[in-house]
Amino acid sequence: MKIININKADWNTGLKKTADGYRLIGPVMDQGFYLFKPLESGKVPDMGFTNTRLSAKGIIYPQSQTLFNYSLDPNREDHHLLTEPEDAHQLTVVIGIRPCDAAAFVQVKRNFDAPDYQDPYWLSAYENTVLVGLACDQPGSTCFCTTAGGGPYHEDALDVLLVDEDDQYLARVVSEKGAAFLAKAGWTETADNDLVMKTIATRKEAAENRISSTIKTNNLADAETMAIYDAPFWDDVAFACINCGTCTYLCPTCWCFDIQDETHGMSGQRMRSWDSCMFPLFTLHGSGHNPRGQKVQRVRQRFMHKLKYYVDKYEAGIQCVGCGRCVDQCPVNIDIRKVCELMNNAGKQSVTCAA
Amino acid sequence: MENPYLPYPVRIDNIITETEDKNLKTFKFVFLNPEDEAKFDYHAGQFAELSIAGKGEIPIGIASSPTEKGFVMFTVNKVGLVSSHLHAMKEGDIMGIRGPLGNWFPWETLKGKNVVIIGGGFAFTTLRASIIHMLAHRDQFGDITVVYGARTPGMLLYREELAQWEKRDDIDMHITVDSTDDPDWKYNTGFVPTITEQKAPPGDENTYAIICGPPIMIKFTQPVLDKNGYHPENMIMSLENRMKCGIGMCGRCNVGRHFVCKDGPVFTLGQLNRMPKEY
Repeated sequence: MKIININKADWNTGLKKTADGYRLIGPVMDQGFYLFKPLESGKVPDMGFTNTRLSAKGIIYPQSQTLFNYSLDPNREDHHLLTEPEDAHQLTVVIGIRPCDAAAFVQVKRNFDAPDYQDPYWLSAYENTVLVGLACDQPGSTCFCTTAGGGPYHEDALDVLLVDEDDQYLARVVSEKGAAFLAKAGWTETADNDLVMKTIATRKEAAENRISSTIKTNNLADAETMAIYDAPFWDDVAFACINCGTCTYLCPTCWCFDIQDETHGMSGQRMRSWDSCMFPLFTLHGSGHNPRGQKVQRVRQRFMHKLKYYVDKYEAGIQCVGCGRCVDQCPVNIDIRKVCELMNNAGKQSVTCAA
Repeated sequence: MENPYLPYPVRIDNIITETEDKNLKTFKFVFLNPEDEAKFDYHAGQFAELSIAGKGEIPIGIASSPTEKGFVMFTVNKVGLVSSHLHAMKEGDIMGIRGPLGNWFPWETLKGKNVVIIGGGFAFTTLRASIIHMLAHRDQFGDITVVYGARTPGMLLYREELAQWEKRDDIDMHITVDSTDDPDWKYNTGFVPTITEQKAPPGDENTYAIICGPPIMIKFTQPVLDKNGYHPENMIMSLENRMKCGIGMCGRCNVGRHFVCKDGPVFTLGQLNRMPKEY
């Protein structure tokens, strides 16, 4: 694989050169927390972060977006008809996305790019985005990516992986999209030699060893769904939950959404917005009946979806990249690593029973 | 790329108030672009999202049969924002239909079989579609039995058609009401489970029941069928859950790993017995 050496002295000027072809997004400090934001002209990404407070999912999948426009004005020929907004997806590059957040897009893509239906909004944004990742040398204390199918140097979901090496970035070129971006920035100095390869390998191993937290998922796929669903621990797991939805909001792999029409005067938009399985309204029937009306049912849904239903549906692992945000920011300390252990053990028992 | 969220534009061609409480209306829609009718290629048992700009969408079972051409028909209960607005709309108004969505009753499996249709209240819509479909292909099926009940005679849907089917000898009709003070009422009186017990043929491997109705009706009909020898895989149900996208993406209507909107709404009782009861 090709490696490009980017001297940090050329970093800002290189980024500036790409501005006429790409919309730049990168990590910035905002009111005490890191988050991904469009980099206005001349602004540079702040690469000194552990992880952003919110995931990068909003770059591809905005918290709110317009699906259609409509007019209710009877004098217009197209009144009450829905029209698609112009696909204004500019070629976008995300600088400094962590490998976990990039891996989340691969998991979420299975939902939006199904064999029978494709979501044009998500896919158009994804296809027009270049992911220039930043390897994690100082993972957070709640990170468990190495047992969630990824790793601090995981590059499969990226277009470029940057490795921070003193006064330079060693850029592993993963895709054609990534190569085109690096060329546009004028970064062309190849560094494919054994010493560089060894440097990266050493750093990768050191970073992986810094991940102290792990999960076990080995029994989930073979377990009986109902054995985990009916397990006795759900009341305990859900006891402290306040259904605030912070976990789903932060999660890079949570994709559930709502659709609502918003009318202003005679015109409006059909909007799509993030929604959450933590909210009772999410499943409330018109009749008043609610299949997940109780908190414990909603908490169970979130974990069953991520760690069992998704596993069974796609046979490609869990719906979690181990970014640790929900563990870190849950106001009542519900910990997906502990819940995963309970579920995995319940699964083990159900497999044993079946045999 | 096809946009699966974009409805076909339609015009309301006809509105009928079905029931004495005026809470159920049947809407016939005509596609504004005639070529869309061919694209809307559906099977009895499927549903669609009825879309009203400025209000939103509701998932409703298709009450017409694919053998009926030139229109699609839906019977809608007045419940929430969209259905209430729809009830206030007029013939000629423009709206949208998105679909067809979901799976359908297993017509290939049902070929050559006896079919027992058991319906209650306003859940008779896709059952009407099914009856029209079966009568149009009458030689493909064995005996067809229908048990359909409502609270009162005035709450029955499609009363003219029910009366016509009563007169036929190739479909065994058992209409019932919970109670009535009409001295001229010539059909059954009693709840659907009771009438099912009295009238439905015994279950065997060649007999399938399709059951749609309120939860209370299903709860008491199921043991009757069990007792009568119906295998869980021969009992076919159609589920409802809150929906938005209708294409298995928005995440709310799942029952376990299955989405009611895409993997359903039709499931056998055998399948439901292996799934969480989140519907």
